[in-house]
Amino acid sequence: MSDDFQKEAAPNETEPKETVKKEAVKKAAAKKEAVPKEDETKEVVQEEAKDYMIVSSSPHLFDDNSISKIMWTVNLTLLPAVLFSIYHFGAQALITLLAGSLSAVAFEAAAQKIMKRPITISDGSAFLCGLLLAMCLPPGVPIFVPIVGSFIAIVVAKHSMGGLGYNIFNPAHIGRAALMVSWPVLMTSWTSITTTADVTTSATPLNILKLQGYDAVVNTFGSQTELYKALFLGLRNGSIGETCVVLLVLGGLFLIYKRIIDWVVPVTMIGTVGILTWMFGGTHGFMSGDPIFHVMAGGLIIGAFFMATDMVTTPITRKGKIVFAAGAGIITVLIRLVGGYPEGVCYSILLMNCVTPLIDRYIQPTLYGKGEIG
Amino acid sequence: MLGKIKWGIHPNTHKSPTESKAIEVNELPGKVILPVQQHIGAPAVPIVKKGDLVKKGQLIAEGKALVSSNVHATISGKVVEVSDQPHPVQGKCQAITIESDGLDEWAEGILTERDWQKLAPAEIVEIIKDAGIVGLGGATFPTHVKLTPPADCSIDTLLINAAECEPYLTADHRTMLEYTERVITGIQIIRQVLGVRNAIIGIEDNKMDAVKVMSQAAAGTGIKVAAVPTRYPQGAEKTLIKTLLGREVPSGKIPPSIGIVVQNVGTAVAICDAVVSGVPLIERVVTVSGGAIKEPKNLLLRIGTTFAAAIEQCGGLVSPPKKIIMGGPLMGMAQYTADVPVIKGASGILAFTAEEAKDAPESPCIRCGSCLEACPMGLNPSMLSILGERSFVEEAVNQYHLLDCMECGCCTYVCPAKRKIIHYIRYSKKMSAQKGGK
Repeated sequence: MSDDFQKEAAPNETEPKETVKKEAVKKAAAKKEAVPKEDETKEVVQEEAKDYMIVSSSPHLFDDNSISKIMWTVNLTLLPAVLFSIYHFGAQALITLLAGSLSAVAFEAAAQKIMKRPITISDGSAFLCGLLLAMCLPPGVPIFVPIVGSFIAIVVAKHSMGGLGYNIFNPAHIGRAALMVSWPVLMTSWTSITTTADVTTSATPLNILKLQGYDAVVNTFGSQTELYKALFLGLRNGSIGETCVVLLVLGGLFLIYKRIIDWVVPVTMIGTVGILTWMFGGTHGFMSGDPIFHVMAGGLIIGAFFMATDMVTTPITRKGKIVFAAGAGIITVLIRLVGGYPEGVCYSILLMNCVTPLIDRYIQPTLYGKGEIG
Repeated sequence: MLGKIKWGIHPNTHKSPTESKAIEVNELPGKVILPVQQHIGAPAVPIVKKGDLVKKGQLIAEGKALVSSNVHATISGKVVEVSDQPHPVQGKCQAITIESDGLDEWAEGILTERDWQKLAPAEIVEIIKDAGIVGLGGATFPTHVKLTPPADCSIDTLLINAAECEPYLTADHRTMLEYTERVITGIQIIRQVLGVRNAIIGIEDNKMDAVKVMSQAAAGTGIKVAAVPTRYPQGAEKTLIKTLLGREVPSGKIPPSIGIVVQNVGTAVAICDAVVSGVPLIERVVTVSGGAIKEPKNLLLRIGTTFAAAIEQCGGLVSPPKKIIMGGPLMGMAQYTADVPVIKGASGILAFTAEEAKDAPESPCIRCGSCLEACPMGLNPSMLSILGERSFVEEAVNQYHLLDCMECGCCTYVCPAKRKIIHYIRYSKKMSAQKGGK
C-alpha cells in the first residue's frame, strides 16, 4: 500500500495534472469528508487542496425553486384563514393550531433522528402537515388530541412509509381519521355560536342538514342570503380552519398564480360536488338541491384547494389530477347525501389517495411523436 | 386546454456579455491537439506519424467508415505525437498533436474557387465529406451522411437551426450578423444538394437584429426567416420542427422520415467555405464566457486549440473556475482539465465560479409534476428518475419511453427536490445499451 502510494506520489511533482487527478478523485456528491474513492459518474478532481473542479452530469444550471420554498409558501397562504379562525374561535383555536404544528415538527425531528436520516424539519412540510391537521379539528378539543393526531400523521403516515415523497396517504387526513375513530365524541363536539338570526347552536350546518334537513339550516341563519353570507365569511360552526371560504379561496388563488397547485383540481372537485348536490341533494326531487350551500359548508374548500392538491399523494399528470378531483367530489357527495357521516371530504381524499398509483399508471402524458404524421 | 399547455423552460439567458462583441480571430496557437474522434460514428484513422511535417488544411486522419469524418491539420508544423490525449467528451481519445512552425502555410492544392451552381449534388456531397464537416450545433453528426437521406424519404423542407437556445452562447448569433453572406450561400448549396426549394431559418426572438439582417440578405433567394419564441430547448431539432412546421417526428425516427432536414447555421458557413473556396473545417466560432472569465468573447478558434489557450485569449481567469464546460450550461460537458482541445462540436467554453457551479443535495421526488410540464418530449421524468435509481431499465424503456429522452435537462433544471434526473436517465440508457436492448 505504502509502496503504491509512493509510486503514485513520486511523478506527482513532475507532472502534477496527470497524477493528482488519479490520486484524489473524490465523490462529487460527497457531503462531508470525502473518502478518496473512484466514482463512475460524478467526481471531483482535486488539483490542489482547495482548488478543484467539479465534473458532473449536465445540466449545470438550475432554477432556484426548492421544496422548502413550496412548503413555506403554502403555509403562508394558510395564514389569513388561520388568523381568522383565532379571531372567530378564540384562544382555544390558537392552542390547538400551535400544538398541532409544533408537535408535528418535533415528531418529525425525533423520527428522523431515531431512523438516522437527515433531519429536514426546516423544509416546512411537517409544519404544514400539523397545521392542516389542526385546521381540520373542532376548536374546543383538549390539547392532547392534536398532538396524538400529529404523531399518527408524521410518524405513522409519513415516516413509516419512508418520509416526504413516499407516503401514500395524505398524512394530515390520516391523522384526522384516526382521531375520528378514537375520540368520536370529542371530534364532533363543536363550540356554541350565535348566528345572525340570534339562534345559539352547537352544531355545524352539515350536522343540522343531516339531522333536521335543509329548512332547519336556513331557519338557523334567518334566511338563505344570511346563510350564504355566514358561510362565505366563515361565521359558522365547524373545524378551526375550514370555515372562512373567502380567505381560503384567496390563499388558493395565490397558489394557483404561483403555479404551486393546478387550478383544474379545485375547479373539478368543487364543480363535481356542486353539480351532484344540485341534482340529487334536494328534498323536492331531481335538481332541487342547493349547490352553493354544499360547496361552502363543511371542509370542501380547504380540501379542494389544500388537500386534494397535495403533490405527493395525488396523480402527477394533469389528466390524472382531474380524475382524482372528480372521484373525490363524487365520494364526498355520496357520504354527505347517502352515508352516515355529515361530512365526507376527508374520507373521499383518502380513498382517492389509494387509487393514485393506479391513475398514474394508466394516465400518462402525451408523448411527442405519438400523433399523426404530417 | 386541458392537455399539455407548455413545454420547456425560461432560464436567464446570460447572453449579454458576448452578444454585442464582434468575433475575434485568435492568435495562432503554439500547438493543436486533434482527436481522431470529433464526430458521431467511427473514429478516423491517422495517416500521419510522429515527425511528419504537415501544412494547414492537409488531411491527417481519414474517416473510412460509412459514418465517420475526416480530420485536417489546422496549423502548419510538425506532428510531435500521435497518442491518447484528454478529450472533452470521451475523457481520453487518440489524438494527433501538431506543434506550430509559426508560418501557418496552406497545403498545396487546397484552396480553389468553384462555382457551386454548376456542381452536381453528388459532387457537393463529396466535397463536404472530404472537408470533414460535421453538425456544428453540438451533435456533430457527419454532414455528408445527413445530406444523403435514405432513398425512401422525400425531402420537402430544409430547416436552418439558428435558435441558439442555450444560455451564455452567442456564437451562432454573431455568425449570422458577421458571416451573413456565407450563411445564405451555404443554405443555397444545401438546397441544391437536397433538391428542395423550401428553406426556413429559425431564430429565437431574443435575436431580432439577426432576424433583420438575415431577412434582408435572404431577400430574393426564397429562403424564409422565422422568429421563434425564446424558450429552451427551442433549438432542439424535434422542438424546432414542431414550432416551425407543426409536425412531429415519430418516436425512434429521424427528421427525413417526415421530409425534413435540419442543419445548424454554423454548418452552413462551413459548407459554403468548403464548396466555394475549398477550405476544410479547421476553425469554428466559439463563445468563451462564464463568471470566471475576465473578458467573455466570441473567438474564431482553430480546431485543436486547448481550452486553456482560448481562455488565455479572453484575458484569463478572474478566479479559479469550479467548473469548465464545453457547450452550453444545459447540455454541455463538464471538463476535468482545461487542457482539452476545442473539437468541431464545441460551441462554447464556459468557466463557472463557485457561485455559478453551486449545487444543492438531492432529496426524494415529491411528485410536484414540474418536470412533466417542462419536458418537451412529453415524458414522465419523475418516474424515469425513480426507475433509474432502482435500475429498473426494462420498465423505463418499455413503459416510460426512456429512449425518447433527448437529455435537454429541462426536468433537472426545474426540479425543486434538486434531483439529477438526467443523470439517472443517462445511467439507465447506458444500462439498456449494455443489455443490448433497444
